[in-house]
Amino acid sequence: MEQKPGAPYPTEADLIRALQARDQSAYAELVERYSPTIYNLALRMMNDREEAEEVLQETFLSAFRAVQRFEGRSQLSTWLYRIAYNAALMRLRKRQLPTTSMDEPAQNEEGDIMPRQLVDWTGRPDEMLLASELRRVLDDAVASLPETLRSVFTLRDIEGLSTAETAEVLGLTETNVKVRLHRARLALRERLSSYFAAVDAVRGAQAGRAYVG
Amino acid sequence: MSVECHEHLDCLSDYIDGELDPTLCAEIEHHMAACGDCRIVVDTLRKTVSLYRNYGHEEVPEDAKERLYAVLKLAYRADDQEAST
Ligand SMILES: [Zn+2]
Repeated sequence: MEQKPGAPYPTEADLIRALQARDQSAYAELVERYSPTIYNLALRMMNDREEAEEVLQETFLSAFRAVQRFEGRSQLSTWLYRIAYNAALMRLRKRQLPTTSMDEPAQNEEGDIMPRQLVDWTGRPDEMLLASELRRVLDDAVASLPETLRSVFTLRDIEGLSTAETAEVLGLTETNVKVRLHRARLALRERLSSYFAAVDAVRGAQAGRAYVG
Repeated sequence: MSVECHEHLDCLSDYIDGELDPTLCAEIEHHMAACGDCRIVVDTLRKTVSLYRNYGHEEVPEDAKERLYAVLKLAYRADDQEAST
């Protein structure tokens, strides 16, 4: 009897067994479950939609070829994200041009990122924060991070992986994940704060003009 | 920001994640009660994280998904998407 697409696999072992039995709906299940995080990791690493899509395709093509030999030493998710991370990393290394981040001060990974911007912008409602311009600001801020911080931040704070799984995917210690995550957050906080300080300066100038005129 | 502020800086992510040792937490809170700069850093750091948690994730575009299924030679699962052609 043919299984319906989306047939549930109550445990990971069930899904692995079905994959190794070359069950088509199990392959589709794997894609459905894990492509969102793979796509987001690839997108943030590559800063390019087309390349992110190619990484996504490469990841599953490799995974489908290798799944017969999958021994379950790690979770399926960790295994897949590792494949994706390595695929993205290879592409980044092949790129001759450095990514936009390379001259950012934040990329000094060993150095501290001291808070400079001390403006409080947390009282703004999200709707206002999320005007399309701010979307771009959020994206650009992540893009400005060095790759070593971008991948950690994406997996931990955007995709919600645990510190332990992030460490396993990226081949880092948990301490290293925490240190990088903290640096990424401080750098992003700085960028967003600068943005809001600039918005306020413009507003203030406009209000001043309106008041005078 | 003072020397004392800088001493707390490294712990702030653990602090907002609720993973900081209670003694250090109490120290930070004691310091923040008197330090507006650190309160702002903590609040804006927390807000930064929550903005990305809530809005940083992007859905895989529908056309990219279709191409993925085609490359993998799998029947495309349109799921609950109505007539996605
Ligand atoms: Zn302080």
